[in-house]
Amino acid sequence: MTLLEAIDVHVEFTARGRRARAVDGVNLAVGEGEIVALVGESGCGKTTLARTLLGLERPASGAVRYGGAPLTYSTRALKAYRREVQLVPQDPTGSLNPRHTVYEAVAEGPRIHGLPGERERVASALSRAGLRPPERFFPVYPHELSGGQRQRVVIAGALALEPRVLVADEPVASLDASVRGEILALLLRLRAELGLSALVVTHDLGLAWNIADRVAVMYLGRIVESGPVEQVLSAPSHPYTQALLSVLPESPSPIVLGGEPPDPTGIPGGCRFHPRCQVLAGGQAAEAGVDGRCRSQPLDILPAAPGSRVACHFAEAGRAPA
Amino acid sequence: MTQRETQPETQPETQREVRRETPPETRRGRLLELRDVAVTYRSAAGDVPAVRGVSLTLGEGEALGVAGESGSGKSTLAMALLRLLPKTARVTGGILLDGEDVLTMSWGRLRAVRWASASVVFQGAQHALNPVRRVGAQIAEPLLVHGTATPARARTRVAELLEQVGLPAWRERSYPHELSGGQRQRVMIAMALACEPHLIIADEPTTALDVMIQAQVLALIRTLIADRGISLIMISHDLSVLAATCDRLAVMYAGKVVETGPSREVFTAARHPYSRALAEAFPTVGDLASRMAPRGLGGDPPDPMRLPGGCSFRPRCPVALPSCATRDVELWPADRTPDGQIPDGPALDAQAPDGQAPGAPPPDGRIPPEHARPVPRHTAACVHVLPEPAKESA
Repeated sequence: MTLLEAIDVHVEFTARGRRARAVDGVNLAVGEGEIVALVGESGCGKTTLARTLLGLERPASGAVRYGGAPLTYSTRALKAYRREVQLVPQDPTGSLNPRHTVYEAVAEGPRIHGLPGERERVASALSRAGLRPPERFFPVYPHELSGGQRQRVVIAGALALEPRVLVADEPVASLDASVRGEILALLLRLRAELGLSALVVTHDLGLAWNIADRVAVMYLGRIVESGPVEQVLSAPSHPYTQALLSVLPESPSPIVLGGEPPDPTGIPGGCRFHPRCQVLAGGQAAEAGVDGRCRSQPLDILPAAPGSRVACHFAEAGRAPA
Repeated sequence: MTQRETQPETQPETQREVRRETPPETRRGRLLELRDVAVTYRSAAGDVPAVRGVSLTLGEGEALGVAGESGSGKSTLAMALLRLLPKTARVTGGILLDGEDVLTMSWGRLRAVRWASASVVFQGAQHALNPVRRVGAQIAEPLLVHGTATPARARTRVAELLEQVGLPAWRERSYPHELSGGQRQRVMIAMALACEPHLIIADEPTTALDVMIQAQVLALIRTLIADRGISLIMISHDLSVLAATCDRLAVMYAGKVVETGPSREVFTAARHPYSRALAEAFPTVGDLASRMAPRGLGGDPPDPMRLPGGCSFRPRCPVALPSCATRDVELWPADRTPDGQIPDGPALDAQAPDGQAPGAPPPDGRIPPEHARPVPRHTAACVHVLPEPAKESA
């Protein structure tokens, strides 16, 4: 059952008089107990979409729905909503107050929400996050902890409110390789024990492969491919997904896309990926007779359906019976 | 160690080019040799041993990857190579760059060596670049400081360098904040190349970058070292990135090298349990064994001031034996055949004692011994590579 949903969400910013369409029409659903990875490069709008799902940004059009009801943006409604949907921020060191002990850091949320049994709540959240025995960590300051332990404290801070969804923005990007697996295993365990859903925002496809049920690949404000992880990552249909996978260190033949991730203030016409597309540049799109459409015909917004979906003229042409 | 083992500097450029085309094993000369390097930070709480005796060599045109987690000493080691550490650090041992000991160099000589012989690509280019100076001026700075170029010549050179790293020449007028993370990292690489060094030390050059930009920067680094015969020391916690870029890997734990060998071998057939954990930390997408099964390493990095006796990795080791608590480990040959024999072949040159020929000539004798650089051997500091522990655990 769908728990958290984005329906045709558009988010815009104005930067130096120019309108940036950071999220340009996205449908995305996170089911109960489901882990969804939202993957893309810096500037693709994935963090903005996550912030919108948390109620931190208001969509210009479209809606965020939680448990079937659209989000209301009153202070009181948002406060209640944030008990249910909690953010796990990117950089644990930056998001912990260096002058607060672990106990105070984890107790902050329950205090704001006036929840009873603070001490037991903090102890239980810490042990769920793998900091055991929790009492030993109560008086400790962040600088006395390792990076992995700090990330566990941040996760415990979210768990103390007993949320149903975690939105984790690059939860392991600032951690050492050796700690990474432990934190990812923790997210899987929380799902198994508490039935937690999670939206994990990342540029790391290995992370999606490690823990996600479904993956959505975002490019320039749109989801260009989505579906079950095994299907999308083992047999990617979109040239962009193919390129992202091909540059992983283990890959035999990397397709290194030129240039920087493009600019949301100037989204190209036609398929928004066409200026960097290796399939168009390599002539395969022309062979399939879709190159004109790639350059001029915009693609439909993908629905938030559970199956594999791709927004690509070339992939659609290949799928149609010859 | 005053005798240069590399070709003299007066050698004409054409000959250098010829030599660079020869395969790595037959290339002669060590560019860099570390002998029992130790770095200790003095702090209010006492001495902190960050690097505890590292011996490594780097041949000309060779790329060496140094892996390890935060606190393993890998960045300290890299910064020690050019004496870039703070005053609280005490460095002992020998760091021989082109046969000359960096640790005993005068400041004047050291200034000449930095940038011109060896340069550093720092981690996090947004902090390493000056935010209020145009990037062109920053790239030109080492050229002007070292007196290798006139201001006019430096301008042309900056344009050349920007082109080499894949940036348009007009970018020299940009300030760092006008560039993306990948572009700033390219500027750092252009600076490092400015004085045509023989060695580039890259400390986590791609860590903060996106996958696609990381791929662009790694491809650039690979091309530059291959085309110009530059040697590379690359530091990272990501073994897969190092394995894709470097010929040889050294894995550090608690200030020591715990495994070293050819990249592929260390990455795909690691013998030390710590290296294995690092190699498995980043899954291969498509490998069903890692699907829904992230693999990590329990426990936390050791406190360098309270290292356990015996093997430092023992408290986190999944395969520790009782004797690991007391038995000292050293780098033992790890490429034993299944029956416990050390395979024939030359030893790793790092292991050859002073004055002794590093390794035997190949059996066919085609390459004269003085030209032979032995094939690097795979070594690991774990009792499990020895034939005895099997009996002990039985």
